[in-house]
Amino acid sequence: MALLQISEPGMSTAPHQHRLAVGIDLGTTNSLVASVRNGLSVVINDEQGHPLLPSVVRYLADGSVTVGYPAQAKQSEDPHNTLVSVKRFMGRGVRDIRDIAALPYQFVDAPGMLQLKTVAGSKSPVEVSAEILKVLKRRAETALGGDLAGAVITVPAYFDDAQRQATKDAAKLADLNVLRLLNEPTAAAIAYGLDNGAEGIYAVYDLGGGTFDISILKLSKGVFEVLATNGDSALGGDDFDHRIYCWVLEQAGLSVLGDHDKRLLLTRAREAKEMLSERPTAGITAMLSTGQLVDLRLDEPAFRAMTESLVNKTLLPCRKALRDAGLTPAEVKGVVMVGGSTRMPRIQAAVGEFFGQVPLTNLDPDKVVALGAAIQANVLAGNKRDDDWLLLDVVPLSLGIETMGGLVEKIIPRNATLPLARAQEFTTFKDGQTAMAIHVVQGERELVGECRSLARFELRGIPPMVAGAARIRVTFQVDADGLLAVAAREMSTGIEAHIEVKPSYGLSDDEIARMLRDSYDHARFDVEARQLAELKVDAQRLVEATEAALAEDGETLLDPAERAAITARVAALTQAMQGNDAQTVKRASDALNQGTAEFAARRMDASVKRALKGQKLEELDL
Amino acid sequence: MLDFNRNHFEIFGLAPRFALDTEALERAYRDIQSQVHPDRFAHAGEAEQRLSMQWTTRVNEAYQTLRQPFDRANYLLELHGIHAMDPSNTKMPADFLMQQMAWREALEEAKADKSFAGLQDLGRDIGGLAQAMQAQLANLLDRQQDFPHAAEVLRKYRFMQKLLAEIDAAYEEIE
Repeated sequence: MALLQISEPGMSTAPHQHRLAVGIDLGTTNSLVASVRNGLSVVINDEQGHPLLPSVVRYLADGSVTVGYPAQAKQSEDPHNTLVSVKRFMGRGVRDIRDIAALPYQFVDAPGMLQLKTVAGSKSPVEVSAEILKVLKRRAETALGGDLAGAVITVPAYFDDAQRQATKDAAKLADLNVLRLLNEPTAAAIAYGLDNGAEGIYAVYDLGGGTFDISILKLSKGVFEVLATNGDSALGGDDFDHRIYCWVLEQAGLSVLGDHDKRLLLTRAREAKEMLSERPTAGITAMLSTGQLVDLRLDEPAFRAMTESLVNKTLLPCRKALRDAGLTPAEVKGVVMVGGSTRMPRIQAAVGEFFGQVPLTNLDPDKVVALGAAIQANVLAGNKRDDDWLLLDVVPLSLGIETMGGLVEKIIPRNATLPLARAQEFTTFKDGQTAMAIHVVQGERELVGECRSLARFELRGIPPMVAGAARIRVTFQVDADGLLAVAAREMSTGIEAHIEVKPSYGLSDDEIARMLRDSYDHARFDVEARQLAELKVDAQRLVEATEAALAEDGETLLDPAERAAITARVAALTQAMQGNDAQTVKRASDALNQGTAEFAARRMDASVKRALKGQKLEELDL
Repeated sequence: MLDFNRNHFEIFGLAPRFALDTEALERAYRDIQSQVHPDRFAHAGEAEQRLSMQWTTRVNEAYQTLRQPFDRANYLLELHGIHAMDPSNTKMPADFLMQQMAWREALEEAKADKSFAGLQDLGRDIGGLAQAMQAQLANLLDRQQDFPHAAEVLRKYRFMQKLLAEIDAAYEEIE
């Protein structure tokens, strides 16, 4: 792989050097990449001028992979090896997938997450998604003329922890530095809000190919605050296709179909649906492999009747989200429509009726998420410092642990603002109990079986005591990406047992390393070179950040000796970066990190004080 | 320094009162968040990212506690050494218990009849009383500083909040 270029020490101190950053909308049906260029967020087209990349990956027997339009063209011809809508399988097991019979794949029920059997071996949805991300990464690097410093990748707001973890793993596999996982409706709100100077309560209705989200946001003075979010991570345009598909089977008197014909009819169904957004009727014509000709005509009223329940299924989450936000539809100032499926006139009418207003459709529903993600990526990469805005997003689904009797004790409620940590104490059930099984779940139901299982781990070494005497403190921490870490600790005796878990759906670092290795040519791939390159990139970032901090606050917050100590460590790290020893770079980075901890704390403290002082002055003005 | 001993009010530079200027709280919260949020440090060093995470988590916790009347009152009582929601501390006057039963019956009835109007009426009654209790709490906590009495009112208040949540859930059930 190409190593990042690093300039000479002393030359690299320009703190506002532009870093290449992109926003990626990894969609069920289509994916896009966008970037801020000359202050404007734009979608990056492929060489043929297509903005969209169909989220279709085809595996060939010789081990090569095609992605996008060429793969899409082969989906009926080669249905087992041409994987579409794989986002629906992220972080999911075989049992989680509805309509599995209609899908032309050979599923493998692997532990944690299902896999798909192809001619090139079993592929996890994470690997398939990584192929899509790699193409977008290449597209962006070619267009922008350099290596990417980082990417913001969007996920449905209603994605649970397992689905988010899977998305982040896919990015890692594609060798992308993830600046943030961003919720799709929030990304759309950024693109919409900044363009329109919007203030007030907005709803973002996002119906994509396979997922549905509704987010209620409060926009004011540059703050995008998500008040509530709801949705269905297995409801989207694909379900409308499936309804048409079932209708076709019924009308044509078909029962058992081969996988080739399944894919062919699903494709025709999607085309008919799209046509019905423009015209009152759509023809469905297909020559099946059996020689039977399907030739049907579907009109708008019939389509409407067969999909009415799907439309209504999106309105229930809208009601719930409004209720969680403590608002009525009348208090919503605007409804932003996102996702290709909102092109259906029936959807626009239903949403308009529910909120009592005409929904906003002035942004391209396919592009708005990627555009918003790019704007945020540009900020996170540090390219924009002034007139910044602030995003306050939430946890979509409650997080808790299993207690006696298969009940769920919620530790973090849904719609709590990120990032956050919360701890709760539990105790032993039996006398002399020395271990405790901790089962982490996500969902709103009271029974464990009806929530999603995220992780199980055991806390051992609890000193034997009578039942109810031990105090086990379980801490949940959810970071700004919405990802969870759990820790447990026995408190009563001062003896600490401590364990951190990664959700069981996530891939271990070893698995990622293996997949990475598999994805490169074995002979050329050098784990150590890659590690060294990564360490140098991080080190470079650290040096730049430290020098910027010194320039800004070094004089006021540090005495000369402290300043000298930090400068010495910067010099040592810069020196280490000249060499090729990973350990030396790592040690020098750690030393600089430790050496600047106190300085960072003072800077943070000073900025909070400034913020509060500004407020007091404002109050005096009144 | 980020001092974890500092109480929630001190973090926002606000006086420890139940009758809080919620707009001032919101403003202080946003002002601090805009300085410490992880989005500001996505490109920064490890030390700053860790600090940012700690600060934001702490500020979110303080804000969530102070912005809800129940949590704010409960927290104020804790600052005065009273754990109002301690399981051993569940005394309720008999007349309130009777009232509770009447409300529950009304809720069950509205549910059985699938009556939106019934739920709305009940919600309005209880919501109105809960509102009045907030004024009572402000008086007991801020002016009279009668904390044991405030704790009793707070327990009633929580019961009514739970009932309001059940009414909300009932809407969903009969929808």
